Amino acid sequence: MNTVIDAHNISKVYNPTTIPVYAVNNVHLHLQKGEFTALVGPSGSGKTTLLNMIGGLDRPDEGNIFINGIDITKLSANELISFRLQNIGFVFQSFNLIPVLTAKENVEFIMQLQKASKQQREERVKTLFAQIGLQDKLNERPSRLSGGQQQRVAVARALASRPQFVLADEPTANLDTKSAFNLLDIMARLNREENITFLFSTHDQRVIDRARRVITLVDGRIVQDTAEVSTQHEEAAAVKT
Amino acid sequence: MWLLQLAWKNMWRNRYRTLITMAAIFFAVILSVIASSLKEGIFNNLVKNVVSFYTGYAQVHKRGYWNEQILDNSFETAPATEQKILRQKNVAGITPRLESFALVSSGDVTKGSLVAGIDVEKETAITGLKDKLVQGIYLKSTDTAILLAQGLAERLKLKVADTAVLIGQGYHGATAAGKYVVKGIVKFGSPELNDKALFMPLAAAQDFYSAYGMVTSYVLSFNNTAAAEASVIAMRSSMDSSYEVMSWGDMIPDIKQHITADSNNMKYVQGILYMLICFGIFGTLLMMMVERKFEIGMLVAIGMKKIKLMVLLTVESILTVFAGCIIGLLVSIPVIYYLNRHPLRIGGETAKAYERFGFEAIFPTSTDAAIFINQGLVVIAMGLLISLYPVYKVIRLNPVAAMKK
Repeated sequence: MNTVIDAHNISKVYNPTTIPVYAVNNVHLHLQKGEFTALVGPSGSGKTTLLNMIGGLDRPDEGNIFINGIDITKLSANELISFRLQNIGFVFQSFNLIPVLTAKENVEFIMQLQKASKQQREERVKTLFAQIGLQDKLNERPSRLSGGQQQRVAVARALASRPQFVLADEPTANLDTKSAFNLLDIMARLNREENITFLFSTHDQRVIDRARRVITLVDGRIVQDTAEVSTQHEEAAAVKT
Repeated sequence: MWLLQLAWKNMWRNRYRTLITMAAIFFAVILSVIASSLKEGIFNNLVKNVVSFYTGYAQVHKRGYWNEQILDNSFETAPATEQKILRQKNVAGITPRLESFALVSSGDVTKGSLVAGIDVEKETAITGLKDKLVQGIYLKSTDTAILLAQGLAERLKLKVADTAVLIGQGYHGATAAGKYVVKGIVKFGSPELNDKALFMPLAAAQDFYSAYGMVTSYVLSFNNTAAAEASVIAMRSSMDSSYEVMSWGDMIPDIKQHITADSNNMKYVQGILYMLICFGIFGTLLMMMVERKFEIGMLVAIGMKKIKLMVLLTVESILTVFAGCIIGLLVSIPVIYYLNRHPLRIGGETAKAYERFGFEAIFPTSTDAAIFINQGLVVIAMGLLISLYPVYKVIRLNPVAAMKK
């Protein structure tokens, strides 16, 4: 398996000169291609800060983050924007879409930023809308879509640029159960069938239950990582045999 | 192209806000165009009134005449010189004058007067002298008669058909003396001219002053009076150095100073107007930026380069400013033309004061295209300047902070 995300000793400190508060404290994180991982923890545990740093939206005060071998902490602000466009898909909690554009235009938007041709855009939009099951909502504005439908369009947009991985910050937080399951089904299927890597922060037990790997953060530190547990189980089983 | 389409869509995302901004710009353009056009129109009318009294828009003299206005500084008329002047761009007409002073006497009253020998036909074409006639009849070029200004006639107790005796100093110290019949009385708005002026045909004046074939000035009229100053400057470089070419502003500097001072005051008023508009546009931009803070942060987060975002926001501002400005200009054009054809009329005491000075009591607008262009450009420039605010906010934008609720 390929390592997509490789974060070494990353820390983020607020108020470093007065009373330092570690939002993220000396975190090591490795994510392989095709993982479906949930980042969980109580409010203020540093989930969003960690996600922002991995997504190149924020910079760590210490440590390095390698995405596909590129140390993004060394990139300039402009280089980071281009890097995000080409490598990372984002799904936010809400207000994800551009309200004046239709669902199709919102998905096309990211490809227009990538200077994709009209034909490429059309084909990709067709595929993505089929995957999220919203072929009949192509020309609807976000205000005419339900919250769940908007989040599905946001997932399509995140995937439109063919990113290395998708970061989702509390994607189901504002959704009812049915919409949340629907969204999770789509994300899980894309992960399974297209081998797309997902890393999402969540409080939502429904999301946690679906994740194949769960990383628990408390006070900015990783206190549990199910990948390590399963690795230990695998190693123990190997020793027994 | 897609950026332009997105800007257009964004512009109408909050229809009322955009319409309010456009309305602010629309009224700004209309108000500033009307204010500028009225200012120009009033000043042009004032200049027209003043120069048509006597000086004309420009004069050509022998060099040094204006500083020492004596007959010895006159020059010989030459058809070639007149033709050269008439060939100058924008020059519509020319009339010669021989001007000096003389004592005018009637009975036991004697007054000093300004004697102007004129080409009777050309003079009236430029200064409308014939229209100022209140008694008697206008001069013919062969007459040896005079026209007296009303104030001077009253002081001398002279009426039409009476005889006035003139005595003065002629060309090169010759004695000038003669008796002339008063053929008509003319009335001037300017008290100074009304108390002093006396007109006679050019040939009669040359004979009176023994200045045969001489004139002291050529008075010029222009096709485009707004370009008179530029035409004078052009003429200066093309005329023989023995002549001086003077504009009305050089000859009546106090009027020019008055116009300059009033123009400056007007600039303050316009400045305040522009500031109000700026605050109006800025207010809506401020609201827009607050409203779209999360979205703008999200756009940068998903990979939209800041430069593209700046272009997007600037195009949105430009479209709004342009639309308001163009509609404002389109509406202001017929308004200005209407007020030019049907000028505002002043009433009451002010109107009487205007009429006493021989001015028509009106406030016409100027239809000079430069006014529309300049005001449009000023408002657009203001809009562009204010649209730098969103650009500044984008430069400083931190997507994480922008997306924080």
